[in-house]
Amino acid sequence: MEQLIIGVFEQGFIYAIMALGVYITYKILDFPDLSVDSTFPLGAAVTTIILSSGKNPILALLASTAAGALAGMVTGIIHVKFKVRDLLSGIIVMTGLYTLNLRIVGQNNVPLFNYKSIFDNDFINGIFPTFLSPYKTVIIIFIVMVIAKVLLDLYLKTKSGYLLRAVGDNPTIVTSLAKDSGFVKIVGLAISNGLVSLAGSVMCQQQRFFEISMGTGTIVIGLASVIIGTNVFKGKFFKATTAVVIGSVIYKACVAIAIEVGLPATDLKLITAALFLIILVVSMDRKKKVKKS
Amino acid sequence: MIELKHIDKYYNIGTVNEVCLFKDFNLTINDGDFISVIGSNGSGKTSLLNLICGSLEVEDGTITLNGEDITHQKEFIRQRKIGRVYQNPAMGTCPSMTILENMSLADNKGKSFGLSFGTNKKRKDYYRELLSQLGLGLEDMMGSKVGALSGGQRQAMALLMTTMAPIEFLILDEHTAALDPKTAELIMELTGKVVKEKKLTTIMVTHNLRYAVEYGNRLIMMHQGHAIVDKAGEEKANLVVDDLLDQFNQISIETGN
Repeated sequence: MEQLIIGVFEQGFIYAIMALGVYITYKILDFPDLSVDSTFPLGAAVTTIILSSGKNPILALLASTAAGALAGMVTGIIHVKFKVRDLLSGIIVMTGLYTLNLRIVGQNNVPLFNYKSIFDNDFINGIFPTFLSPYKTVIIIFIVMVIAKVLLDLYLKTKSGYLLRAVGDNPTIVTSLAKDSGFVKIVGLAISNGLVSLAGSVMCQQQRFFEISMGTGTIVIGLASVIIGTNVFKGKFFKATTAVVIGSVIYKACVAIAIEVGLPATDLKLITAALFLIILVVSMDRKKKVKKS
Repeated sequence: MIELKHIDKYYNIGTVNEVCLFKDFNLTINDGDFISVIGSNGSGKTSLLNLICGSLEVEDGTITLNGEDITHQKEFIRQRKIGRVYQNPAMGTCPSMTILENMSLADNKGKSFGLSFGTNKKRKDYYRELLSQLGLGLEDMMGSKVGALSGGQRQAMALLMTTMAPIEFLILDEHTAALDPKTAELIMELTGKVVKEKKLTTIMVTHNLRYAVEYGNRLIMMHQGHAIVDKAGEEKANLVVDDLLDQFNQISIETGN
């Protein structure tokens, strides 16, 4: 049981980093960005290369974030400069990146058990007392997640962050402020996909495994987390980003419970999709009630 | 000074619905002018504003701003010197951001939007003072989301935010049309005050003939892409609403409306 709960938190926090990225595109920019399905494994691919060459696992986190940001910029440029519709821009990058991810790694799956990771290296092994070792992974994931979340919170309070929030709200006002609304969108997509790719890197280091299809359904998990979080928890007590993190953990808990009650693990994607549908329908119901009252 | 020279503008080019709106249209807007633009629907009033702001491209001709050719300059670059208030109060503010955040955004126009904090706490008193001049009580609810405000309150904020920045030209696109008569009156009073205080060169499109007569030093009536009336100074000051209504009726008879 304890193992199950720790597992939920580990997965929940990793996907929370990704959900923060989806929060930027879906909630702030109002841009349904499907490129995340490939920027998540992009982070894993970059991480695989860096870990297997024996370099610092922290470098893997940073390089993955940068690679994701670059991919997000490509989605943005396709949308803004070539005027391709938002959904299609994401699909183009998602499809193209699949091949690129394969090229980066060179094969469909790579085990990484013999390499150092952020969870298993001389420094970490040295400072963690043995009684904490079952929680080591979840603690480290939590720290990475909190750093990502705090940096995002801080960014959203800067002038540049204000513009990002304004552009999804009302692009006209960004133009009125003599700023290029297209450029702001590209920046938003870069940050979003940077976070998603960072989550992919953490996931890869935690699983100690790269698999080309590990990103399939990322967008569904991300959207589900954002919608649960912002519909149920956002209010006086929680910031939107905190709500998204809670949403992600709850979503992973729901999936874990579904598997625990006897559904086979191979049904994971179906469970993911069905849960997402339920959440969508329920949250629409809630909105109607709020409107009426 | 804004100069429009030999402007041609067509809609639906290359289709059977091709319409010529402007053909060899010329207009000079002098510094310090406050121009009221009136005219029936489709006469080219809003298109004129869109051409100046850059939301529409001309087919031919040149637009210069203080002598600089801006005919092909991007819309967001032109906005450094131009401020625009729209008919729809939602266009000038960010609904999901607070009043304070909206004011901070507007205050930063013309400067860089970098990684420093978005709201400068030291400016808060200044914002409070500006908001209190509106007389709508907004200064006591700076933490509220702008989306929760009424149309009139939002339009007052939009006007305030637009004129906070060091702009030279103010474009008013039927900015009182969506408001109730009392609020419209208030917004017009605020407009007159701010234009005088900041010495803004202003172009105001309106359907309210009384505002067109009362405000500004120059009046233009548009009809089918031409300025059929262009009166300034003394002539403008002596205009009354009935004269304009007569003009409107004449146009209607001519075009068979």
